[in-house]
Amino acid sequence: MSTVNFGSRELYLKVVYYGPGLCGKTTNLHYLYSKWPKNERGNMVSLATETERTLFFDFLPLSLGEIRGFKTKFGLYTVPGQVFYDATRKLVLRNADGVIFVADSQAERMDANLESLDNLSDHLAESKLALDKMPFVLQYNKRDLPSALPVSELSAALNPRKVPEFEAVAPTGAGVLETLKAAVRLVFNDQKNKK
Amino acid sequence: MAQQMVMYDQEFQQISAVCDRLAREASAKVVFLVDKNGQLIATHGGENLDTTSLASLTAGNIAATGGIAKLIDEKEFSQIFHEGQRDNVHINIVGGRVILVVIFDNRSSLGLVRLRVKKASEELSKIFDLLLKKADQPGAAESPFAEISDEDIDKLFTD
Repeated sequence: MSTVNFGSRELYLKVVYYGPGLCGKTTNLHYLYSKWPKNERGNMVSLATETERTLFFDFLPLSLGEIRGFKTKFGLYTVPGQVFYDATRKLVLRNADGVIFVADSQAERMDANLESLDNLSDHLAESKLALDKMPFVLQYNKRDLPSALPVSELSAALNPRKVPEFEAVAPTGAGVLETLKAAVRLVFNDQKNKK
Repeated sequence: MAQQMVMYDQEFQQISAVCDRLAREASAKVVFLVDKNGQLIATHGGENLDTTSLASLTAGNIAATGGIAKLIDEKEFSQIFHEGQRDNVHINIVGGRVILVVIFDNRSSLGLVRLRVKKASEELSKIFDLLLKKADQPGAAESPFAEISDEDIDKLFTD
Protein backbone atom coordinates (compact mmCIF):
# COMPACT_ATOMS: atom_id res chain seq x y z
CA MET A 1 0.00 0.00 0.00
CA SER A 2 1.66 3.19 -1.15
CA THR A 3 1.46 6.32 0.98
CA VAL A 4 1.26 9.86 -0.35
CA ASN A 5 1.97 12.35 2.42
CA PHE A 6 1.21 15.92 1.33
CA GLY A 7 2.20 17.11 4.82
CA SER A 8 5.77 15.82 4.77
CA ARG A 9 5.93 15.81 0.93
CA GLU A 10 6.86 12.11 0.81
CA LEU A 11 5.92 9.12 -1.31
CA TYR A 12 6.40 5.73 0.31
CA LEU A 13 6.35 2.36 -1.45
CA LYS A 14 7.00 -1.21 -0.40
CA VAL A 15 8.89 -3.78 -2.46
CA VAL A 16 9.26 -7.39 -1.33
CA TYR A 17 12.06 -9.77 -2.31
CA TYR A 18 10.57 -13.26 -2.56
CA GLY A 19 12.18 -16.61 -3.37
CA PRO A 20 13.26 -20.00 -2.01
CA GLY A 21 15.59 -20.44 0.96
CA LEU A 22 19.23 -19.42 0.41
CA CYS A 23 18.53 -17.89 -3.01
CA GLY A 24 20.18 -14.58 -2.06
CA LYS A 25 17.36 -12.22 -1.07
CA THR A 26 19.16 -10.94 2.01
CA THR A 27 22.42 -10.71 0.02
CA ASN A 28 20.67 -8.36 -2.44
CA LEU A 29 19.76 -6.09 0.47
CA HIS A 30 23.25 -6.31 2.00
CA TYR A 31 24.76 -5.20 -1.28
CA LEU A 32 22.37 -2.25 -1.64
CA TYR A 33 23.01 -1.29 1.98
CA SER A 34 26.78 -1.31 1.45
CA LYS A 35 26.66 0.76 -1.75
CA TRP A 36 23.86 3.23 -1.10
CA PRO A 37 24.94 6.70 0.13
CA LYS A 38 24.71 6.72 3.93
CA ASN A 39 22.48 9.80 4.11
CA GLU A 40 20.07 8.23 1.61
CA ARG A 41 19.39 5.03 3.52
CA GLY A 42 18.37 3.97 7.00
CA ASN A 43 19.73 1.10 9.05
CA MET A 44 19.17 -2.42 7.83
CA VAL A 45 17.04 -4.47 10.19
CA SER A 46 17.44 -8.25 10.12
CA LEU A 47 15.26 -10.54 12.15
CA ALA A 48 17.33 -13.68 11.73
CA THR A 49 18.07 -16.93 13.56
CA GLU A 50 21.43 -17.54 15.26
CA THR A 51 22.63 -19.12 12.02
CA GLU A 52 21.73 -15.97 10.09
CA ARG A 53 18.73 -17.45 8.32
CA THR A 54 15.89 -14.95 7.95
CA LEU A 55 13.30 -15.61 10.66
CA PHE A 56 10.74 -12.89 9.97
CA PHE A 57 12.09 -10.29 7.54
CA ASP A 58 14.98 -8.04 6.60
CA PHE A 59 14.15 -4.40 6.08
CA LEU A 60 16.12 -1.70 4.30
CA PRO A 61 14.69 1.83 3.87
CA LEU A 62 16.11 3.66 0.85
CA SER A 63 15.57 7.22 -0.38
CA LEU A 64 15.65 7.64 -4.12
CA GLY A 65 15.61 11.38 -4.50
CA GLU A 66 12.80 13.77 -5.34
CA ILE A 67 10.05 13.55 -7.91
CA ARG A 68 7.85 16.58 -8.49
CA GLY A 69 8.73 18.01 -5.07
CA PHE A 70 8.08 14.74 -3.22
CA LYS A 71 10.83 12.71 -1.54
CA THR A 72 10.53 9.11 -2.72
CA LYS A 73 11.16 6.42 -0.15
CA PHE A 74 11.21 2.68 -0.69
CA GLY A 75 10.92 0.08 2.05
CA LEU A 76 12.66 -3.08 0.82
CA TYR A 77 11.68 -6.28 2.62
CA THR A 78 12.74 -9.90 2.26
CA VAL A 79 10.61 -12.86 3.25
CA PRO A 80 12.01 -15.91 5.05
CA GLY A 81 12.62 -18.46 2.30
CA GLN A 82 12.42 -21.66 4.30
CA VAL A 83 9.24 -23.61 3.60
CA PHE A 84 8.02 -23.80 7.21
CA TYR A 85 7.94 -20.01 7.63
CA ASP A 86 4.86 -19.77 5.45
CA ALA A 87 2.73 -17.74 7.89
CA THR A 88 5.38 -15.04 8.31
CA ARG A 89 5.97 -14.90 4.54
CA LYS A 90 2.33 -14.07 4.06
CA LEU A 91 2.51 -11.24 6.61
CA VAL A 92 5.55 -9.63 4.99
CA LEU A 93 3.98 -9.83 1.54
CA ARG A 94 0.87 -7.98 2.71
CA ASN A 95 0.47 -4.48 1.19
CA ALA A 96 3.46 -4.90 -1.15
CA ASP A 97 3.46 -2.50 -4.09
CA GLY A 98 5.85 -4.69 -6.09
CA VAL A 99 7.63 -8.04 -5.90
CA ILE A 100 11.12 -9.13 -6.95
CA PHE A 101 11.43 -12.90 -7.25
CA VAL A 102 14.99 -14.06 -6.66
CA ALA A 103 15.48 -17.46 -8.30
CA ASP A 104 18.43 -19.72 -7.55
CA SER A 105 20.01 -20.58 -10.92
CA GLN A 106 21.38 -23.95 -9.79
CA ALA A 107 19.78 -26.98 -11.46
CA GLU A 108 19.22 -28.70 -8.11
CA ARG A 109 17.17 -25.71 -6.86
CA MET A 110 14.73 -25.60 -9.76
CA ASP A 111 12.01 -27.44 -7.83
CA ALA A 112 12.45 -25.02 -4.91
CA ASN A 113 12.10 -22.07 -7.31
CA LEU A 114 8.88 -23.46 -8.78
CA GLU A 115 7.46 -24.25 -5.36
CA SER A 116 8.25 -20.76 -4.09
CA LEU A 117 6.70 -19.13 -7.16
CA ASP A 118 3.50 -21.15 -6.65
CA ASN A 119 3.54 -20.17 -2.99
CA LEU A 120 3.80 -16.50 -3.98
CA SER A 121 0.80 -16.78 -6.33
CA ASP A 122 -1.22 -18.53 -3.63
CA HIS A 123 -0.47 -15.88 -1.01
CA LEU A 124 -1.32 -13.05 -3.38
CA ALA A 125 -4.55 -14.78 -4.35
CA GLU A 126 -5.51 -15.00 -0.66
CA SER A 127 -5.21 -11.21 -0.55
CA LYS A 128 -7.29 -11.01 -3.75
CA LEU A 129 -4.24 -9.99 -5.76
CA ALA A 130 -3.03 -11.59 -8.95
CA LEU A 131 0.64 -12.03 -9.73
CA ASP A 132 0.05 -11.14 -13.37
CA LYS A 133 -1.37 -7.75 -12.32
CA MET A 134 1.39 -7.01 -9.82
CA PRO A 135 4.60 -5.11 -10.65
CA PHE A 136 6.87 -8.14 -10.83
CA VAL A 137 10.53 -8.67 -11.76
CA LEU A 138 12.62 -11.85 -11.88
CA GLN A 139 16.26 -12.18 -10.92
CA TYR A 140 18.30 -15.29 -11.78
CA ASN A 141 20.89 -15.25 -9.05
CA LYS A 142 24.07 -17.30 -8.56
CA ARG A 143 25.04 -17.11 -12.23
CA ASP A 144 28.67 -17.73 -11.23
CA LEU A 145 28.03 -21.24 -9.90
CA PRO A 146 29.02 -24.26 -12.05
CA SER A 147 25.59 -25.91 -11.92
CA ALA A 148 23.73 -22.76 -13.02
CA LEU A 149 21.14 -23.58 -15.69
CA PRO A 150 21.06 -21.58 -18.94
CA VAL A 151 18.91 -18.45 -18.64
CA SER A 152 16.71 -19.68 -21.48
CA GLU A 153 15.79 -22.76 -19.43
CA LEU A 154 15.10 -20.75 -16.27
CA SER A 155 13.08 -18.24 -18.23
CA ALA A 156 10.95 -20.92 -19.90
CA ALA A 157 10.10 -22.47 -16.54
CA LEU A 158 9.72 -19.39 -14.35
CA ASN A 159 8.81 -16.51 -16.63
CA PRO A 160 5.96 -17.40 -18.97
CA ARG A 161 4.64 -13.84 -18.64
CA LYS A 162 7.96 -12.40 -19.87
CA VAL A 163 8.34 -9.87 -17.12
CA PRO A 164 11.71 -8.08 -16.89
CA GLU A 165 14.40 -10.63 -15.94
CA PHE A 166 17.99 -10.14 -14.84
CA GLU A 167 21.06 -12.28 -14.29
CA ALA A 168 22.80 -11.65 -11.00
CA VAL A 169 25.65 -12.56 -8.69
CA ALA A 170 24.36 -10.85 -5.58
CA PRO A 171 27.55 -10.93 -3.42
CA THR A 172 29.43 -8.97 -6.10
CA GLY A 173 26.43 -6.76 -6.86
CA ALA A 174 26.17 -7.86 -10.49
CA GLY A 175 22.56 -7.37 -11.56
CA VAL A 176 21.36 -6.20 -8.14
CA LEU A 177 20.81 -2.54 -8.96
CA GLU A 178 19.41 -3.32 -12.42
CA THR A 179 16.80 -5.58 -10.81
CA LEU A 180 15.77 -2.90 -8.33
CA LYS A 181 15.62 -0.20 -11.01
CA ALA A 182 13.27 -2.31 -13.12
CA ALA A 183 11.04 -2.98 -10.12
CA VAL A 184 10.93 0.72 -9.18
CA ARG A 185 9.95 1.63 -12.74
CA LEU A 186 7.12 -0.92 -12.77
CA VAL A 187 5.89 0.15 -9.34
CA PHE A 188 5.73 3.83 -10.34
CA ASN A 189 3.95 3.01 -13.59
CA ASP A 190 1.47 0.86 -11.70
CA GLN A 191 0.79 3.66 -9.20
CA LYS A 192 0.17 6.09 -12.05
CA ASN A 193 -2.79 4.00 -13.09
CA LYS A 194 -4.34 4.09 -9.63
CA LYS A 195 -6.10 6.94 -7.99
CA MET B 1 -4.65 -4.29 -5.62
CA ALA B 2 -3.32 -2.56 -2.52
CA GLN B 3 -4.81 0.88 -1.99
CA GLN B 4 -3.02 4.16 -1.58
CA MET B 5 -3.08 6.07 1.68
CA VAL B 6 -3.20 9.80 1.13
CA MET B 7 -2.29 12.22 3.91
CA TYR B 8 -3.17 15.89 3.38
CA ASP B 9 -1.37 18.79 5.01
CA GLN B 10 -4.33 19.84 7.16
CA GLU B 11 -4.89 16.36 8.62
CA PHE B 12 -1.13 15.87 8.98
CA GLN B 13 -1.02 18.97 11.22
CA GLN B 14 -4.04 17.77 13.23
CA ILE B 15 -2.49 14.32 13.72
CA SER B 16 0.85 15.81 14.74
CA ALA B 17 -0.98 18.02 17.27
CA VAL B 18 -2.76 14.98 18.78
CA CYS B 19 0.60 13.17 19.11
CA ASP B 20 2.19 16.22 20.76
CA ARG B 21 -0.65 16.54 23.24
CA LEU B 22 -0.65 12.82 24.02
CA ALA B 23 3.09 12.94 24.75
CA ARG B 24 2.54 15.86 27.13
CA GLU B 25 -0.54 14.50 28.90
CA ALA B 26 0.83 10.97 29.28
CA SER B 27 4.31 12.20 30.31
CA ALA B 28 5.70 10.03 27.52
CA LYS B 29 9.19 10.18 26.05
CA VAL B 30 8.19 9.39 22.48
CA VAL B 31 4.89 9.08 20.61
CA PHE B 32 4.69 7.94 17.04
CA LEU B 33 2.06 6.90 14.58
CA VAL B 34 2.75 4.25 11.93
CA ASP B 35 0.62 2.82 9.14
CA LYS B 36 0.22 -0.95 8.95
CA ASN B 37 2.73 -0.90 6.11
CA GLY B 38 5.46 0.24 8.50
CA GLN B 39 5.63 3.83 7.28
CA LEU B 40 6.03 6.52 9.90
CA ILE B 41 3.14 9.02 9.74
CA ALA B 42 3.88 11.40 12.61
CA THR B 43 6.19 11.52 15.57
CA HIS B 44 6.78 13.45 18.78
CA GLY B 45 10.24 13.14 20.35
CA GLY B 46 12.65 10.31 19.59
CA GLU B 47 15.22 12.52 17.89
CA ASN B 48 17.96 10.09 18.94
CA LEU B 49 16.03 6.98 17.99
CA ASP B 50 15.99 5.14 14.67
CA THR B 51 12.27 5.78 14.19
CA THR B 52 12.28 4.32 10.64
CA SER B 53 13.39 0.91 11.94
CA LEU B 54 11.10 1.23 14.95
CA ALA B 55 8.15 1.91 12.63
CA SER B 56 8.91 -1.12 10.47
CA LEU B 57 9.39 -3.43 13.46
CA THR B 58 6.21 -2.14 15.11
CA ALA B 59 4.22 -2.91 11.97
CA GLY B 60 5.86 -6.36 11.86
CA ASN B 61 5.00 -6.87 15.50
CA ILE B 62 1.35 -5.94 14.88
CA ALA B 63 1.23 -8.18 11.81
CA ALA B 64 2.62 -11.13 13.78
CA THR B 65 0.25 -10.50 16.69
CA GLY B 66 -2.65 -10.26 14.24
CA GLY B 67 -1.56 -13.63 12.82
CA ILE B 68 -1.62 -15.15 16.30
CA ALA B 69 -5.08 -13.65 16.93
CA LYS B 70 -6.39 -15.22 13.75
CA LEU B 71 -5.05 -18.63 14.71
CA ILE B 72 -6.98 -18.58 17.99
CA ASP B 73 -10.11 -17.07 16.43
CA GLU B 74 -9.67 -13.59 17.86
CA LYS B 75 -10.36 -10.52 15.72
CA GLU B 76 -7.22 -8.72 16.80
CA PHE B 77 -5.24 -7.79 19.91
CA SER B 78 -5.76 -4.07 19.89
CA GLN B 79 -3.16 -3.33 22.59
CA ILE B 80 0.33 -4.66 23.19
CA PHE B 81 2.55 -3.72 26.12
CA HIS B 82 6.29 -4.34 26.42
CA GLU B 83 7.77 -3.78 29.85
CA GLY B 84 11.46 -3.00 30.06
CA GLN B 85 13.84 -2.24 32.94
CA ARG B 86 13.99 1.44 32.05
CA ASP B 87 11.54 2.10 29.22
CA ASN B 88 8.18 0.60 28.33
CA VAL B 89 6.35 0.48 25.00
CA HIS B 90 2.58 0.67 24.63
CA ILE B 91 1.23 -0.17 21.17
CA ASN B 92 -2.38 0.40 20.17
CA ILE B 93 -4.25 -0.13 16.91
CA VAL B 94 -6.33 2.91 15.96
CA GLY B 95 -9.49 2.37 13.93
CA GLY B 96 -8.09 -0.91 12.55
CA ARG B 97 -5.84 1.14 10.28
CA VAL B 98 -2.88 2.76 12.00
CA ILE B 99 -0.66 1.98 14.96
CA LEU B 100 -0.07 4.38 17.86
CA VAL B 101 3.14 3.77 19.80
CA VAL B 102 3.97 5.37 23.15
CA ILE B 103 7.38 4.96 24.80
CA PHE B 104 7.48 5.95 28.47
CA ASP B 105 9.60 5.50 31.58
CA ASN B 106 8.90 5.59 35.32
CA ARG B 107 7.86 9.26 35.16
CA SER B 108 4.56 7.93 33.82
CA SER B 109 2.51 4.79 34.42
CA LEU B 110 0.71 2.19 32.34
CA GLY B 111 -2.66 3.36 33.72
CA LEU B 112 -2.07 6.97 32.72
CA VAL B 113 -0.78 5.98 29.28
CA ARG B 114 -3.81 3.74 28.65
CA LEU B 115 -6.18 6.50 29.69
CA ARG B 116 -4.58 9.14 27.46
CA VAL B 117 -4.13 6.73 24.54
CA LYS B 118 -7.86 5.93 24.63
CA LYS B 119 -8.77 9.59 24.24
CA ALA B 120 -6.13 10.24 21.56
CA SER B 121 -7.22 7.12 19.63
CA GLU B 122 -10.79 8.40 19.43
CA GLU B 123 -9.58 11.73 18.06
CA LEU B 124 -7.21 10.06 15.58
CA SER B 125 -9.94 7.69 14.44
CA LYS B 126 -12.18 10.64 13.56
CA ILE B 127 -9.38 12.36 11.63
CA PHE B 128 -8.64 9.18 9.64
CA ASP B 129 -12.35 8.72 8.85
CA LEU B 130 -12.44 12.26 7.46
CA LEU B 131 -9.21 11.64 5.58
CA LEU B 132 -10.66 8.61 3.81
CA LYS B 133 -13.78 10.52 2.83
CA LYS B 134 -11.71 13.45 1.62
CA ALA B 135 -9.50 11.27 -0.59
CA ASP B 136 -12.62 9.80 -2.24
CA GLN B 137 -14.22 13.15 -2.96
CA PRO B 138 -14.11 14.53 -6.49
CA GLY B 139 -11.67 17.41 -6.64
CA ALA B 140 -9.32 15.85 -4.05
CA ALA B 141 -5.70 16.89 -4.61
CA GLU B 142 -4.23 15.03 -7.56
CA SER B 143 -1.89 12.18 -6.58
CA PRO B 144 1.70 13.08 -7.50
CA PHE B 145 2.04 9.58 -8.97
CA ALA B 146 -0.21 10.63 -11.86
CA GLU B 147 2.35 13.21 -12.97
CA ILE B 148 5.42 10.99 -12.87
CA SER B 149 7.10 10.50 -16.25
CA ASP B 150 9.68 7.96 -17.44
CA GLU B 151 12.27 10.77 -17.38
CA ASP B 152 11.52 11.42 -13.69
CA ILE B 153 12.13 7.76 -12.91
CA ASP B 154 15.37 7.70 -14.95
CA LYS B 155 16.56 10.74 -13.07
CA LEU B 156 16.16 8.96 -9.72
CA PHE B 157 18.99 6.63 -10.66
CA THR B 158 21.29 9.11 -12.36
CA ASP B 159 21.40 11.80 -9.65
